[in-house]
Amino acid sequence: MSADTIHVKERDIVVPGEVIAEGMGFLPSKGLYREGAKIHAGRLGMIALEGKVIKLIPLTGAYIPKLNDKLIGKIIDVLMTGWRIETRSPYSAVLGLKDATMEFIPRSADLTQYYALGEFVLCKVITVTSQKLIDVTMKGPGLKKLKDGRLVEVNPHKVPRIIGKEGSMVLMIKNATGCTISVGQNGWIWVEGPSPEQEIQAVNAIKKVEEEAHLPGLTERIKAFLEEITGKPVEIPTVSAAPEGAEIAHEAPAEEQHEHRERRPPYGHMRHGGRRAPPRSQGE
Amino acid sequence: MAICAMAAAGRLRAVKVNKMAAKAVKQEYPKRHDGRGWEDLRKMEAKVGVIPRADGSAMFRIGHTVAYAAVYGPRDLHPKFMQNPETGILRCRYNMMPFSGHGERVRPGTSRRSQEISMLMSKALLPVLDLKEYPKSVVDVFVELPETDAGTRCAGITAAAMALADAGLMMKDMVTSLSMGHYNGKIMADIDGYEDCDVGISDIPIAYIPTLDKFSLLQLDGEVPKEDLLKLLTLAKKKAMDIYKVQQQALKDKFAEPKVK
Repeated sequence: MSADTIHVKERDIVVPGEVIAEGMGFLPSKGLYREGAKIHAGRLGMIALEGKVIKLIPLTGAYIPKLNDKLIGKIIDVLMTGWRIETRSPYSAVLGLKDATMEFIPRSADLTQYYALGEFVLCKVITVTSQKLIDVTMKGPGLKKLKDGRLVEVNPHKVPRIIGKEGSMVLMIKNATGCTISVGQNGWIWVEGPSPEQEIQAVNAIKKVEEEAHLPGLTERIKAFLEEITGKPVEIPTVSAAPEGAEIAHEAPAEEQHEHRERRPPYGHMRHGGRRAPPRSQGE
Repeated sequence: MAICAMAAAGRLRAVKVNKMAAKAVKQEYPKRHDGRGWEDLRKMEAKVGVIPRADGSAMFRIGHTVAYAAVYGPRDLHPKFMQNPETGILRCRYNMMPFSGHGERVRPGTSRRSQEISMLMSKALLPVLDLKEYPKSVVDVFVELPETDAGTRCAGITAAAMALADAGLMMKDMVTSLSMGHYNGKIMADIDGYEDCDVGISDIPIAYIPTLDKFSLLQLDGEVPKEDLLKLLTLAKKKAMDIYKVQQQALKDKFAEPKVK
């Protein structure tokens, strides 16, 4: 077997076609491809080495919805049995009546009463087909209609950094500025705070994370920045202490730690004879 | 570039050379008018991320030819009948700006020439792109040329390849492109407007994909013997690698640069 050689270092930027490694001892992951014994980059990105596995972290590109992604969407149309939602990707999603709300929606109801055009929602992707037909749901912890706040647009590939390891970064910004922040995987972020000034502070902090996401020592720098703009000491939330650089881990944890309450859907009772569905209207 | 409306600065001539007819009365061209060697490229410059609102963008300058490329997408495609459920599609637009040439003002809007070059560009770029992951969508590439001195389609393809990589699309490789020339048995690289229009050098634009070792564009305006063409293509590969390095460096520069204030 020929000697395996690697041509890149950790955190190197690679461009399409560039030879990353030679030899069969390395494994290419998504975004890389093998041509003969050589591994080439299949898109622009940053290299992360994990033993024999070479990973490519994309830095740019459109967001494509994945199963179980939590994202912020905008209601762009009202359909016969649901809503069409803009996802900031090439494909729009459908929010069906069944998944829309815990409330009972009678027939012939005006659907704009529940979600009107132009409103924003935090929702979760429940179906993605091969043809990129996307269904989302509003049922789940933390999913809600978004009111009273402002929308921040960031590069969707920087979202894991904004969330931080186990949500530490977003938690730090929330604690320092007193705002509630909902982060969508599509790079839309909803910031809602007690005052416009505090919201602006949070927005600036998020923008700074986005700009400096690929540089080491991010948490410390954001801490100093938050202390400077708020004029108060800021604590780095204690999640399991991890060495610098481990932040690259692209596990996106639950972005909002909501109090989880057991809430039984009301129609669960109705199914078992508790209440009948309302009589159909005459015209049918 | 037969219909090129350009000639080198200060050497503007009204007469365009009919390359086929010029064969009989070939003038002497003992050395290149700008002092370059036969195989030398003009001075190159590349920059990525020049258009902030685009998803990917790049500028490529070679001599007095400047190309800006902007990529939008993948995005929703309308009209709907154009959607392909199997794959995303690529749309290119090549446009010379009104005062970009050396001759008369280039009239704005699409022309037969620009439509053809737009098609050529998308065919030259498609072999490296994988749009299967984005069914029903479109990737738009807009190439604008504010200054032209021959080799515009090549500069356009070179810039577009960088812009596509910047947009984060799945690409097997970059595409790199230049126009080669042939005159009186001489092979030359990267001919400019004076050589193309006034001397009447055969113009052979090529686009090359280094990893696949394949050409995705090969055109010929003029005449060239078969043996010379093969020699010329070997040289073209070598010269394309020089451009390839400029492309790679420009892309790395955009992302490697630390932005800490």
